[in-house]
Amino acid sequence: MFDIVLFVVFPYVAVTVAIISGISRYRQNRFSYSSLSSQFLENRTLFWGSVPWHYGVITLLTAHLLPLLFPSLWGDLLSDRIRLYVLEVTGLGLALMTVVGMTLLIVRRLRSPRVLAVTSTADWLLLITLLTQVAIGFWIALVYRWGSGWYLHTSVPWMISLLVFQPEIQYVTALPWLVQFHLLAGFFLVLLFPFTRLVHVFTYPFTYLWRPIQVVIWNRRPPQKQRP
Amino acid sequence: MDIRAQVSMVFHLDKCIGCHTCSIACKNIWTDRKGAEYMWWNNVETKPGTGYPTAWEDQDKYKGGWEQQNGKGSDIRLKLHSRLGGLGNIFFNPYLPTVDDYYEPWTYDYDHLFSAPEGDDQPTARAISLITGKPMEIEAGPNWDDDYGGSPVYAENDPNLGALTEEEREQLTEMERVVFFYLPRICNHCLNPGCVGACPAGAVYKRGEDGIVLLSQEKCRAWRMCVSGCPYKKTYFNWSTGKSEKCILCYPRLESGQAPACFHSCVGRIRYLGVLLYDADRLKEAASAPAEQLVHEHRSLIQNPHHPLVIEAAKANGISEAMIQAAQHSPVYKFVKQWKLALPLHAEFRTLPMLFYVPPMLPVLAKIKDGVYDNADAASAQLGPLLSSLEQARMPIRYMASLFSAGNVDVVEDSYRKMIAVRIYMRAKMVGDVSEEEVQQALQAGGTTAEEVEAIVHLTARPTFEERFVVPPLAREVAIEQTLDPFTQKREGGFGFRRAPARGA
Ligand code: HEM
Repeated sequence: MFDIVLFVVFPYVAVTVAIISGISRYRQNRFSYSSLSSQFLENRTLFWGSVPWHYGVITLLTAHLLPLLFPSLWGDLLSDRIRLYVLEVTGLGLALMTVVGMTLLIVRRLRSPRVLAVTSTADWLLLITLLTQVAIGFWIALVYRWGSGWYLHTSVPWMISLLVFQPEIQYVTALPWLVQFHLLAGFFLVLLFPFTRLVHVFTYPFTYLWRPIQVVIWNRRPPQKQRP
Repeated sequence: MDIRAQVSMVFHLDKCIGCHTCSIACKNIWTDRKGAEYMWWNNVETKPGTGYPTAWEDQDKYKGGWEQQNGKGSDIRLKLHSRLGGLGNIFFNPYLPTVDDYYEPWTYDYDHLFSAPEGDDQPTARAISLITGKPMEIEAGPNWDDDYGGSPVYAENDPNLGALTEEEREQLTEMERVVFFYLPRICNHCLNPGCVGACPAGAVYKRGEDGIVLLSQEKCRAWRMCVSGCPYKKTYFNWSTGKSEKCILCYPRLESGQAPACFHSCVGRIRYLGVLLYDADRLKEAASAPAEQLVHEHRSLIQNPHHPLVIEAAKANGISEAMIQAAQHSPVYKFVKQWKLALPLHAEFRTLPMLFYVPPMLPVLAKIKDGVYDNADAASAQLGPLLSSLEQARMPIRYMASLFSAGNVDVVEDSYRKMIAVRIYMRAKMVGDVSEEEVQQALQAGGTTAEEVEAIVHLTARPTFEERFVVPPLAREVAIEQTLDPFTQKREGGFGFRRAPARGA
């Protein structure tokens, strides 16, 4: 019963809240959508924190998402031993990057009085949850070897079962508690989405790649030809 | 021809007394908020000097503006990043100035003056950081090197001094020859703005109707590339709200027919505002020209508002009759295009700035000999050199060229020769101690006529309020559809929104 609350109710609640609150925040308080950069106040440590953190976490999240979207392709990818090794080692390296990055980001906030002055409770909650999450992820990758493989046969079918509204929790209830914690913390982060600066992830400005380099806005007239 | 209208500006540096009234007017209206205390949308700096933020002109450091892609003649691109590169640097902007490049904003612990216990010493009000709220040491301010800040060490680092020889540089700070002038700066509302080009979110934009460059507070996501992209460092990052902000050319004032606050309050009456009509089809070409032709190309974008073809094209583009009329009376058109006196600041940044400067007159070299002020080598009978001279100027002309003409000395000299002609002509007229021959020589050298000189004198020295500020009707009723009244909102809500701009959720 408790497992159902954790692995069925909680994920559904988290995702629903994230979607509804995220959209309503975007509609009602778009001003608050921001990465809340603090680079202006502190520059040096941010580089060593933010860059490894972001490149690490974005790649890892993608790697978590791919098996969910293309399970059979992912399976094929792992069928070769060399590829499996490369994948595991890369994952471990990236995880280490995120752990180091996030630790630096947290230390930075504590050590710079200026950055501390713009740090909210939500920031602390988010940063600490993220650090916990990536640290556990790293530990799991180290201790429960071949995660890129067993992830495909445990968490993936569980999440797919949630997606198609036929929850089957037996895929994950037998997993070690650390792995279960990792899953739940993941959905806790989803829950945090609309209430923290994490919203910046969804405003990634892809359109910069193709929009006209100059932006001209007219009051009534539709935009005409636009130039450099 | 794609004719557009641009609200443009001229600052007459010869009239600037460096009083900072403009800065205060702006500060009191727009940037007296948390997170914006350090911002001076209008600032006045001493030249030679490093300005605000420190050494903003050094684009090797800040990467502002545009550059030619592979040497001469080719397309231009942002100095800051390619599009893909910009998205790659988004997690950490390598060229972002930090608060220390400006200054840490502070207040004083005034309360202590009243509440301090009785003691042997006078109580003092310590400086308190407006960021951390803790006591701090003041190490810089927005005009820290005002009037050289009492030392040559600041001015030495002025990037423009690179254009001078070692000897010239040393002379500049010699006691008897010391020379400086003031450079008031606001957003240039460029035709090819670097801030707009650099913003990944597309939050910075140019208003089609009047060319004012604005930054949407709702679209800004704090990717902070605009701060780097602007070579003039006139977009600022609000460290509290996590949004960038910039000069809005007081558009709420303009829309109600008033001049912007910094213009209106200017004590020296150095500021002029008016509409220019320009040909947007040729923008790219003008911005990509070889450096020595940039000023020329920039001028050639500006079209004659009296020409029937231009008027026709303007109307075809939906520019109102009233706007065209404003363009015809624009003082900016006269200074920039007709008289060719006013020049863009750092044309080599290739943003096509629409704030033009009439360069300041250059004091001539002089010596004190036996207690007598001796205008060096001006022993000749002619009076001209006393009034001003390019040859004997204390400030080398190449320094001015580095500021106002992308290094093209001829362009600045032309402007100066005309102003010298104005002086000599007026001296002859008012005091009568200059020979007619000398006047004619000066007029010829300046490529001007008595008639034109009279017009220049009038607009320079005796213009009416309405001649200085020809504010076009900006159809506020149309513009207001999109926002709330910024005046009533600015204190509690910033501009253009319904709720206070709090940091985060
Ligand atoms: C989608 C692409 C992303 C972009 C463009 C992006 C961009 C940014 C930027 C510009 C900052 C501000 C850095 C500064 O202070 O200057 C930031 C901070 C942050 N981002 Fe991201 N981010 C992305 C994805 C993510 C993801 C996937 C996560 C976590 C799941 C994340 C977590 C954070 C956190 C926690 C901070 C605050 C760091 C700190 O200042 O202590 N970001 N991000």
